[in-house]
This record gives sequence, C-alpha cells and structure tokens, in this order.
Amino acid sequence: MHVAIHEVVDNPSLLEHVVIDTSKNAVVIEEVSKSFKKSKPLLRLPWKQEGEKDEKRAVMAVDNVTLTVARREIVGILGSNGSGKSTLIRILSTLLLPDTGYVTIFGYDVVKDAHIVQRLINRVSVEASFFKKLSPMENLIYAARLYNMPGPEARKRIKEILTRLGIKEDRIKAPLENMSRGMQQKVAIARAFLTSPIVLLLDEPTTGLDPRSKIDVQNFVNELRDVHDATILITTHDMDEAEALCDRVAIIDQGRIVALGTVDELKRKVADIRGQATPVTMHEVFMHYTAAHLITEADIQRYGSWEKAFDAYEALREDEEE
Amino acid sequence: MSTMMHQWRATYAFFERNWNLTRRYWAWELVWLVYNIVNGLSVTFIGESAQLVTGAKVNTNLLILYLLIGTSVWTYLSVSFDGVTDIINMERWEGTIEYTFMAPISRFTHMVGSCLYAVVHGMLFTFLQLIVVSAFFHLDLSHANYVTAIFLLLLGSISFIGFGIATAVLPLLFTEKGMQMSMIVRAVILLVSGVYYPISVLPGWMQPAARISPATYVLEGLRVAIIQGQPIWSPAIWSYTWPLIITGVVSVPLGVFIFSIAERYAKRTGRLKRNG
Repeated sequence: MHVAIHEVVDNPSLLEHVVIDTSKNAVVIEEVSKSFKKSKPLLRLPWKQEGEKDEKRAVMAVDNVTLTVARREIVGILGSNGSGKSTLIRILSTLLLPDTGYVTIFGYDVVKDAHIVQRLINRVSVEASFFKKLSPMENLIYAARLYNMPGPEARKRIKEILTRLGIKEDRIKAPLENMSRGMQQKVAIARAFLTSPIVLLLDEPTTGLDPRSKIDVQNFVNELRDVHDATILITTHDMDEAEALCDRVAIIDQGRIVALGTVDELKRKVADIRGQATPVTMHEVFMHYTAAHLITEADIQRYGSWEKAFDAYEALREDEEE
Repeated sequence: MSTMMHQWRATYAFFERNWNLTRRYWAWELVWLVYNIVNGLSVTFIGESAQLVTGAKVNTNLLILYLLIGTSVWTYLSVSFDGVTDIINMERWEGTIEYTFMAPISRFTHMVGSCLYAVVHGMLFTFLQLIVVSAFFHLDLSHANYVTAIFLLLLGSISFIGFGIATAVLPLLFTEKGMQMSMIVRAVILLVSGVYYPISVLPGWMQPAARISPATYVLEGLRVAIIQGQPIWSPAIWSYTWPLIITGVVSVPLGVFIFSIAERYAKRTGRLKRNG
C-alpha cells in the first residue's frame, strides 16, 4: 500500500512529493560494516619506527550487522560502551557512510537518497548539542525552520512540548548554559519530537535524567509511536527502559549483533543456556551477551562484585581500543 | 513552491540564528568593534605622520584616504570572511554540526543563509568603523562616488563568500587546528591584495597571487570610486568589475564543490562527530 506521507505526519509540507510504502519495513540494515583508521601523523621523525601496521590501526566499529525494523516497532539496541551502537545510529542518520552493506528507511537508501531520508528521521544523541548561549526557544525555532515549520506554529508546538517535558515557561527563553544537563537533554528530546519524525533514532536519550523525567520521555516515545505511527530505534544502558519500551531488543558486542528477540525470548534463551527453570533478568541477559561471561570467580573476588568486575573489564577493553 | 519555501525558511533560520548569537555574545561584538576602530585609527595615523617622518612633502589627505579605504575594506572582508568560516567553527565548538548536517536542506542553502548574515554583519561593522575613524580627520570626500563603492563591495563579497566556503573545509576536517589554518589563508590575502600599498611594490613572484585575489580589485576599484569619483559604468570601474564577476562566478560553485568533497570525506572517516 503506497501512502502519501503527509497522511501520517504533522509536518506535511516537509514531505510533499515523498511517498512511502507502509507495507515495507521501516528500517532495513543489511550486512553493514564500518571501520575507522587511526590517522597517521603528518610528519614522522626519521629515527622513529614505522609504527603500527594498517590492520592494527583499523578499528572495526560495526561488523556485518543485519537488522530489520517493522513500521511502528520500537527496537532497543543494547551494548557496552564502544560496542558500535552510536556508529550504527550515525549511519542511519546519514552522518556516516558504511564501508559495506546498505541501510534503507522505508525503501530509501541512506547514502543515495540522503536528502529524502533526512526528512523522515530525527535523532537524539547522548550529549545535548546546542548553541548554549541561546535559549531553548531560539535553538528549537532554528531547528524547526530547518525542517520547514512556519515560525508561529513552531513556537506554539515548542512551548507545548517543553512544558510537557517539565520545563518551566521562564526557562524557555533563558540561555541553555544555565540549565542542568538533564534539562538540556530534555530540550534535545523536544528538538527531535518537534518535527514528528517517521523514524526516530534515540542514542541513550535518558542518560542523566532523573527517574520522573525518564518516565516522561518514555511516555512521549510511546505516544509518538501510538499517535504518530513512528518507528523507533533506541540505544540504552538502562535495562528497565529496554523492558518498558522495546518490542524487540538487539544486543551488540564488538560491532556484531549477538542476540535479537523480544525481552521474554532473550530471558528464556539465557535461562535455557544456564539450565535455569525460571527466566533470568534483563540485566543478566545483557551481561551474558556482552562478553561478560568471560568474568571468572577470581575476578569477582578481586573486585568485590560481579558488576565491579564487569566495569573493570569494560574499562580495560576501552583502553585497548584507544 | 513548497521546496522553495522550505529553502527560504532554512536560509532565514541561519540568518536568525546568527543574529541571536550576535545578541547573546554582545560583549565580544563590542570588543571586536573597538579593536577594529582602534586598528583603523592606528593605520590612518601613519598617513597623518608621513610628512613628519619622511620630511618630504606628502599629500596627507590622499594618503589617509588611501589607508582608510584599505583598513575599512579589510575590516569588511575580515568580518565577512570570518562569518563564513564560522559556519563550521561555531558548530564544531558547540557540537551542533551533526544536527545541521542531518537537516533536510541543501548545502547551498546552508552556505547562503550563513553568508548573507556575514555580509550584513561585515557591512555594519565597516560602516561604524568608517564613521568613527573619519571623525578624527578632515578628509575631502567631495568627489566620492558612494554608489560605485557599495556596488564594488557587494560584488567583491560574492568572491569572498566562495573563498570562505572553500576555507571552511579546514575546520571541518581539522577540528582543533582548522581555525588557525583559516587565519593563514586570510593573512596571505592581506599580504598580496594591496590593502595598505599598491600591489606594484610586491616582488614579481607575488604579483600573480595579487591578480587572483578578488580583494585586489575591490580595493583598487574603491580607491578610484572614492578618490576620483568614477561612476559604475565608467571604463575605469569596468576594469575592476569584470575580474570580480569572473572570480565570483568561479569561486562560489568551486567553494561549494570543494566543501561537498570534504563533507563526503568527513562522513567516510567519521570526522563530523565530536564524541560518543
């Protein structure tokens, strides 16, 4: 079924002449890989050794990832720091070109059709990036105009969203630099919601938010799917959030998807592997698939707890990657 | 029609954003304005003192006017050139570059929006500097043709926008060092374009660079317009107009093309990200 996109979004003028096939999957990621090379110094002193070989300098951030997300689905991507989650989100956001494979959003290729894809998506990153001297209103009106929203309509909607996210009226026109990190993150979330994207990419959106704000954001995400038919990809470290929001969860480790399924499916699977009769927690699922199973009893004794041993293991791995 | 409206809204978005930034950073603006005025005065006082220093009879009025035009045009070019390269610098600084590059707008719209503000900002700065510095001297401006002067300044701006867009590639690719690299480009333009002296005094090997620089034609043309009062349609002004048309027509598409190559390289190598 082909549907002119303005039937399903709040900002039809942005999507004039763009047609989506709602019978297609919203997001198709097919055998996508992306590696980064550490740059060589421009000048090397003659007595210095040649240094690392090319293969040592290359870091595989995303390794042959295949994932399909249906329309109106909320899919969580869970993984340790440096596992490739943000790289994958950046590829979907048209900010990175994959080395191999392809990604489509409702059939539009993120590389070849980047200008169409950009009208369909929006993104929230872990760090709220804004012109910090400007107010939330000034930052958001700028974003709204880039997405073809008329000024008066945008102002009304900005106030509505920010108020709903718990930002007081007097803060809306004050510089962002005076706001807490959590408040800034709420404004970043408002920026993404403002344009009512058909595919929303959330990269650890609730990191740094208090529990009440996390629930506000989760309610908003659900509303975006239920009312506006949005499809949502969310990366998170928060297992409760993953359980509360996600229809399916993909666990990514060292650039590869190592597990994919509903929360219940993954819990049962890990329980089966461990030979337990009762399902394990999502926390245990995460630890199991993110190479945490390499942690030994000796490590637990050495660091005092399983979680502390895991943190130490992650820190070591990040050091090795740098 | 809707596409046109979208691109217009986006163009205005950059203009409005930059105006808001100027308002919020008003203290910086004031500092730069005072700096430019003091700098302009320092240069023009060289003209005032020439007779004393050399002991020879010098047409002081002409020399002050010559230097005043040089320093004013240089202020304009510096402010507008900075405004263009700041397209990337500022966004790198704030970490917003990924959001701007993700927005559904053409790079041309992005550039035009930012450049329009840079031109208006540069004009305002220059106008204020000119008023203050002129007040210190009794200059004979009875022959000045201001219409020709503004025409040449605007025409030259097109070329400078092209140069600025190409130079904005540096902070795009080199996060920390890009800004300093763009200062080198500006310094070379200052050296070869005859801002404070005729280009004929430059060594022979520098002369071709002077002939490529659009600033050379803007400065020479402005001096003819202000000192001799030549109108736009005069052969004297035409000799500066046609090189500016050529550099303008070539530099803007070339600047956008160079920028698009750099953008693709940045997207391939992950240089757009700040962290995360």
